[in-house]
Amino acid sequence: MLKEMGLNNIEELFSDISKKIGIKGLDLPKGLSQQETNQKLRKIAYKNKTFYDMPCFTGGGIKPHYVPSVVKSITSRAEFYTAYTPYQSEASQGFLQSMFEYQSMISELTGMDIANCSLYGGVTALSEAALMCTRVKRKKTFLIPQTISWEKKSVLKNYAKGPEIKVKEISYDKKTGKIDLKELRKHIDEDVSGIYLENPNFFGIFEDDVNEISKIAEDADSLFVVGIDPISGGITKSPGEYGADIVIGEGRAFGNHMDFGGSSLGIFACKKEYLRQMPGRIIGITQDADGRRAFCMALQTREQHIRRGRATSNICTNEGLCALATVSYLSWLGGNGLEELSRINFEKGQKLAREIESIDGFEKMFDSVHFNEFVIKCNKDANNINKKLLNKGIQGGLILDTWYPELENCMLFGISEMHSDNDIGKLVSLLKEASYV
Amino acid sequence: MYRSAVYDEPLINELVASKAEKIKPLNSLSSSIRRKEKINLPNIDETQVVRHFHRLSQMNYGIDSGIYPLGSCTMKYNPKICEEIASWDKFADTNPYQDVSTVQGNLQIMFELEQMLCEITGMDHFTLQPAAGAQGEFSGMLLTRAYHEFNKDFERNEVILPDTSHGTNPASASMAGYKLVEIPSTADGTVDLDTLEKTLSDKTACFMLTNPNTLGIFESEILEISKLVHDAGALLYYDGANMNAIMGKARPGDMGFDIVHLNLHKTFATPHGGGGPGSGPVGVKTKLENFLPIPRICKNKEGYFFDYDSPESIGKIKGHYGNFSVLLKAYVYILMMGGDGLRKSSEIAVLNSNYMKKKLLDSGKYKLPYKELRKHEFVLSCEKLKQEKNIRALDVAKRLLDHGMHPPTIYFPLIVKEALMIEPTESESKEDLDRYVDALIKIANEEPEVVKNAPNNTPVKRVDEVGATKNPVLTWNMI
Repeated sequence: MLKEMGLNNIEELFSDISKKIGIKGLDLPKGLSQQETNQKLRKIAYKNKTFYDMPCFTGGGIKPHYVPSVVKSITSRAEFYTAYTPYQSEASQGFLQSMFEYQSMISELTGMDIANCSLYGGVTALSEAALMCTRVKRKKTFLIPQTISWEKKSVLKNYAKGPEIKVKEISYDKKTGKIDLKELRKHIDEDVSGIYLENPNFFGIFEDDVNEISKIAEDADSLFVVGIDPISGGITKSPGEYGADIVIGEGRAFGNHMDFGGSSLGIFACKKEYLRQMPGRIIGITQDADGRRAFCMALQTREQHIRRGRATSNICTNEGLCALATVSYLSWLGGNGLEELSRINFEKGQKLAREIESIDGFEKMFDSVHFNEFVIKCNKDANNINKKLLNKGIQGGLILDTWYPELENCMLFGISEMHSDNDIGKLVSLLKEASYV
Repeated sequence: MYRSAVYDEPLINELVASKAEKIKPLNSLSSSIRRKEKINLPNIDETQVVRHFHRLSQMNYGIDSGIYPLGSCTMKYNPKICEEIASWDKFADTNPYQDVSTVQGNLQIMFELEQMLCEITGMDHFTLQPAAGAQGEFSGMLLTRAYHEFNKDFERNEVILPDTSHGTNPASASMAGYKLVEIPSTADGTVDLDTLEKTLSDKTACFMLTNPNTLGIFESEILEISKLVHDAGALLYYDGANMNAIMGKARPGDMGFDIVHLNLHKTFATPHGGGGPGSGPVGVKTKLENFLPIPRICKNKEGYFFDYDSPESIGKIKGHYGNFSVLLKAYVYILMMGGDGLRKSSEIAVLNSNYMKKKLLDSGKYKLPYKELRKHEFVLSCEKLKQEKNIRALDVAKRLLDHGMHPPTIYFPLIVKEALMIEPTESESKEDLDRYVDALIKIANEEPEVVKNAPNNTPVKRVDEVGATKNPVLTWNMI
């Protein structure tokens, strides 16, 4: 090839890199063969313990969920996973139609008119929702419950810097663990662009004053943003039914593995009237030159590759393959399966709470209905209890006092359809042991 | 001739008749939130689900289908071993909240990956948290803000960018609250030093640059640029989307860049997944270390651990520790390539690009505005075809699809009229490059109506994209 180009050596192609900055090579180890790589990674992998080695009862929003083999079989189709963003519609009909179906299913789940085809995760989806409220309402205050994860607050603080959004936290009712409506009313003023509610909230509790909150938002001329745990969607009303304007959530649980927290899948849906202010990619139906149904990216003029500095978001690469996993998963599960899944998670959550509560020295912190996570107050040092559990091969609850000093020795437990009765029995008997010592 | 599979595949909810069914109510829930009807999702057999998505996949084109020289996207082959290892349950079924003693393997991988990326880029420290290139840029802008604010330099509210920059650059800077100042490129297609000098001021927070730039041209005066930027008290940001051109040949850190983001889903061979997940790690020089997101990954005698104690940190940019599954694939890729392998891959990527460029220029059908020597990508103009035959870049792109080849990026960068931005990567054989060149030359010689009516061999004919925006139909309920 060099000869055909009239060149003598490859360095001539790099003559524009001056000697001052050119390097001879990288100080990295010599490359490994595939077999060596496999063996090396196996050694590293065995330093990890998985859910199957060590049942994990940690709450906080991420739990194992069953991934049916169908999902892997579909997402492993290389036509899907080795494709780029579908800029060339004619060669991307398969992925585009899948994303259209994903959007449709998310719209059914959330009760919203429209959904985009993914953001980075539930955490950044909240930030994007706050930015969108600011764009829609041209107001600068965004209200969030105190009971959301510290990570969401931290990320939101970063996204709020540019447009100078004031983020205010609404405290929770210390008895019920739900958002404190009095506090919420107190913080309402004419500058509020949006009110965020998480349902179930970070303590696993169902927020059921939704009609009141929706009314408060409407009266304040602000948008009502609801964050969901999609796993609960089979038994709870969709937020659209109680007046939400934007619905977000972490969709990883639908067909994706935990992957140590990433990849994740940001669900983002809203009412039709806000379409042009929506962040992220949206797929629509159109026609081809013969008048046949076809799919393509719609409303691209909102996006950075067209609008540049004035785009609704900087997002380009999203979480397409996780969305494909989700649409495959929901297709496999169906409406009936989703209801059953939600019910199982709910019932497991109740069962585990009952069993832990029955142990002396452990009590449920809040007097409310919870889903598959809940807060337990221990009469002993919670960190110590977790250490003991860990020694016996169980990962205990999430310690909360780092972020909620008033919740000393409180643990957030989480459970899903994956935890067996055997796992529950083991946890309960170890907690009993810990409570005696 | 290429033929794609074509199905009139219904939407999945058209496969079976379904309507919302009543649900056995869960009375322990308050009626304000209790569901009354099942969610209206179709209930379908597993066989039908598999066939549906299998057929859809056959109407999709990936890098495993064939050449995919999408400029600035680095569509290189994604090694299968990386996919397999990332799917092992020892990685996939770990919870980010697990005690660190039980995920030492994950932490080791992240710790070592940070070190590898430092060596490749010449930076001092890395964060792996950003989920994609654009989020890396946004993080970089937040680091820029934190740096200037820490130095009590509150007046710096502008970010300067060349007119060749990726769309995400201005979008990310704008999201972080910066005013954008775009500067025109020289007749050479590079940064105009005089204009840059005049534009820099005590208001400048940062200059964002891609090197090689989006024309594929290496900014040879980078040390002068770096000096101007730093003399003005601003930071120099490196958009690493084009890193595949210079691995083992030059490093942004040695060029004077203060902040760098990489796209692991480009340069480091992790798949694009039809749009993601990606990963956009950010590297910095030591003066910016304290501002990096938490947690940092550290090591002591007992092993690896997360360090949250970082008072100057910008905090978090994404949940948990980044897209770990993508980080793992990149780690495996770098282990297999080694330092020499990475250098070699950049050399071949640049060789392939310049080879195609020369052959296409020799054909006389396409023009190459700006300087001739390119790195891993080059941008041709179809202006001549447009004038002579009214064939536009879009038409050429669509006609390539009829050859079973993915088109280049089109109409970008904006400073090239009727642009075809071609990045073949190191993955393609000489034969594949020759076939692509031949196809482009053949298309230029075809009758205009043939080209303008393309594609014909794809699952659908030319798609009316304007219609999708004019009358948005975005869910099955809107049909």
